Amino acid sequence: MTTTERVRKILIDKLDISEEQVVPNATITGDLKADSLDKMDIMMGLQEEFDINIPDNDVDQINTVQQIVDYIDTRLNA
Amino acid sequence: MRENRLEGKCAVVTGSSRGIGRAIAFTLATEGARIVVNYARSSELAAEVVESIHQIGGQAIAVQADVADEEQSKLLIKKALEQYGKLDILVNNAGITRDKLMLRMSMDDWDEVIRTNLRGAFCCSHAALPHFFKQRGGIIVNITSVIGKVGGAGQANYSAAKAGLIGLTKSLAREMGGRNIRVNGVAPGYIGTDMTDALPQEYRDTIRKQIPLARFGSPKDVANLVAFLCSDDSAYIQGEVIAVDGGLAM
Repeated sequence: MTTTERVRKILIDKLDISEEQVVPNATITGDLKADSLDKMDIMMGLQEEFDINIPDNDVDQINTVQQIVDYIDTRLNA
Repeated sequence: MRENRLEGKCAVVTGSSRGIGRAIAFTLATEGARIVVNYARSSELAAEVVESIHQIGGQAIAVQADVADEEQSKLLIKKALEQYGKLDILVNNAGITRDKLMLRMSMDDWDEVIRTNLRGAFCCSHAALPHFFKQRGGIIVNITSVIGKVGGAGQANYSAAKAGLIGLTKSLAREMGGRNIRVNGVAPGYIGTDMTDALPQEYRDTIRKQIPLARFGSPKDVANLVAFLCSDDSAYIQGEVIAVDGGLAM
């Protein structure tokens, strides 16, 4: 699976939303209606899936689906 | 065993080699929970608790950990997960006293009590929460004290720590309620334990006169309430701190 596919799977699973909603520019807390606990849940899911630690400062910078994918790719290639 | 309200559940009870913690560990086990008996130093006493649980057909292991040490508290939770494959209940019970009048209280007296009684509950909750979060459910019961509500002469450190624990209970209850994580507190009054046995007889007599039920409670009185708060019988109770004090602090 690509990073995008893995990220999409986590979002769909954690937020109980449909695949169509997870478009690249969708904002997590706006368009996808995640509350602060949901966002923590997503971050924990990403940390586990990709075996990385996501610092709080970075969490604040990530707002859209594409930003998550880009962030993960950057971290994995670092 | 009586009603198995906690059948299949796994519980970590901090500071459960003696006193109230010991009664909590045993009572949760009688209701079917598998127990991690945490202790700081008293390995023999902890082994006794484990043995007493085995004797009634329950499951228990003893794990040494300084609850206020971040790494050790993480290891404590990890060992529970390794042993039982799950964690459902955390009872933050570990507590110490260093009673002295404020004028004679050293910084160390202050720090040690705040560290074990308040930081310890934070560390263990911090370690357990990610698992509760992931499984979308869990129960934390914090053992605070009547002293955290009404204060106590010679107990500035202890009362501050226990009042802090009440704040921690309510904040966590608000934060985590949406994930089906229930957080409540129990505020024992004067309970017959090593801790209260250490109080001067004169002081104990004075206290007894102030208790409407006119006696000290037993650890079992506290444990019964904890078992209730760990069970589905209390499914709609959240952020509450319930006194078990014979009416002392109504």
